[in-house]
Amino acid sequence: MAHPLRGKAACVGLATAGCGEAHGRNAMELMVEAVHGALADAQIPLSEVDGVFAASAFYAMANMSLAEHLGIQPKYSNGSNIGGSSFMMHALDAAMALEAGLINVAVIAYGSNQRTAGGFKSISEPPPFETVYGPRNPITSYALATSRYMHQYGCTRDQLSSVAVSAREWAKLNPEAFSRGDLTIDDVSNSRMISDPLTKLDCCLVTDGAGAIIMTRADRAKDGPNTPIHMLGCAMEHHHRMISGMPDLTVTATAKSGPRAFEMAGYGPKDMDTVQLYDAFTINTILFLEDLGYCKKGEGKDFVTGGRIAPGGELPVNTNGGGLSCVHPGMYGLFVMIEGIRQARGTCGDRQIKDAKISLAHGNGGVLSSQVTSIWGRPETV
Amino acid sequence: MPTDDYFSGPGPERQFHDFLAEGKFMIQRSKSSGNYNFYPRTLEPGTGAADLEWVEASGDGVVYATTVNRQRPEKGGDYNICLIDLAEGPRMMCRVVGIEPADVKIGMKVKAKVDKIGDQDAVVFESVN
Repeated sequence: MAHPLRGKAACVGLATAGCGEAHGRNAMELMVEAVHGALADAQIPLSEVDGVFAASAFYAMANMSLAEHLGIQPKYSNGSNIGGSSFMMHALDAAMALEAGLINVAVIAYGSNQRTAGGFKSISEPPPFETVYGPRNPITSYALATSRYMHQYGCTRDQLSSVAVSAREWAKLNPEAFSRGDLTIDDVSNSRMISDPLTKLDCCLVTDGAGAIIMTRADRAKDGPNTPIHMLGCAMEHHHRMISGMPDLTVTATAKSGPRAFEMAGYGPKDMDTVQLYDAFTINTILFLEDLGYCKKGEGKDFVTGGRIAPGGELPVNTNGGGLSCVHPGMYGLFVMIEGIRQARGTCGDRQIKDAKISLAHGNGGVLSSQVTSIWGRPETV
Repeated sequence: MPTDDYFSGPGPERQFHDFLAEGKFMIQRSKSSGNYNFYPRTLEPGTGAADLEWVEASGDGVVYATTVNRQRPEKGGDYNICLIDLAEGPRMMCRVVGIEPADVKIGMKVKAKVDKIGDQDAVVFESVN
């Protein structure tokens, strides 16, 4: 029997705003600009929005700040923060609230001006029992995971670099991407070492940017101006907060969230036309491809080489250029979903995957901590 | 069932730091399961058993993962951060001292000592070869 949430809610509008550098505009102004764009895209008036979902490193209660700035009084809202994957969790929560009849129109939004406001911004508390050793998170934690993966599976420095190079090849096809210049494996491997074995070019961008999506129930979605892209499946799991609490640094909770999302969707890994993964660091892409079942554990290092995940390769991964080359304004999850939904809509221009019907959008939060897998498809896939 | 005393007085974090100030590296063990845990907690992780007691760690460990945080010399230079698997089972973030940060290798056997990092008491490890 189909899962009661399968396909019941759909994205009917989306927008991004201020990606890259947005001089002189604050995080909320960017978020609201994206909401305006998404509502215009959906042709739904602001007055009909009764569900608000947002998370931010700038606003402790982002859902309340956003609703106030918009001048609306939501019947249900959620500002829970599990890091960069918060927005997939919000989409799941919105689907539940829509299906339960608590709300009729949900907006999920994010905005950040971290780049032009001075750099990476975090509201994470210093991790107890780790802080004395001087970790510079998030990179220290991801570097530790990378060190273990390389040791355990013989992954090479250049294999890590392949992830960044493939992302850049996609970014070259995306006018919205921040970094679009030529990039070689040597460039990545030889860039400045930050936290061994991770170099500067293993790390995501630090940009400004905002995004928003509008979700409604499927019955209403079909009447809008856009092809509705239905949430076919979504599932989350987390098993630690600090990297020292991660049971196995080579296996993420994606190994649990992925199969449950596929089960809800009624589709498997091979059915995904595009795969969008939260690539905060190059190791992420490798671990998530393994944990989602695209290859066996330890084989991700080979899977990402030879252009297999680049344009024209076997599997289209991070077709916008990812957090590594497109945009990464602190929390990137919403942009992962937006790219997956845009691909399913068929509006991606030069980087469009032909006949794409279903996209996987996987979010990561904290230090490989929270994992949320979402699957989005066109009406004929429901 | 725990006595009322179990939840009275300083909590596990304070007690851990008080032990460190005495030069002792203490970890916790559940009386019912016999399993050890770190970092110091209120209940046994997973079971919720309110029966954790302090025991002195053997100090034996193996490096599970390691990195070098690169830093300009004038800011203090490069330093090691690693995850150590303790002989008793738990894993902790730590630093191996006494050798170059980049010479710390996964699988290396290490031994704990209580030292200072800056002005803070801290457990650090040394390579045993």
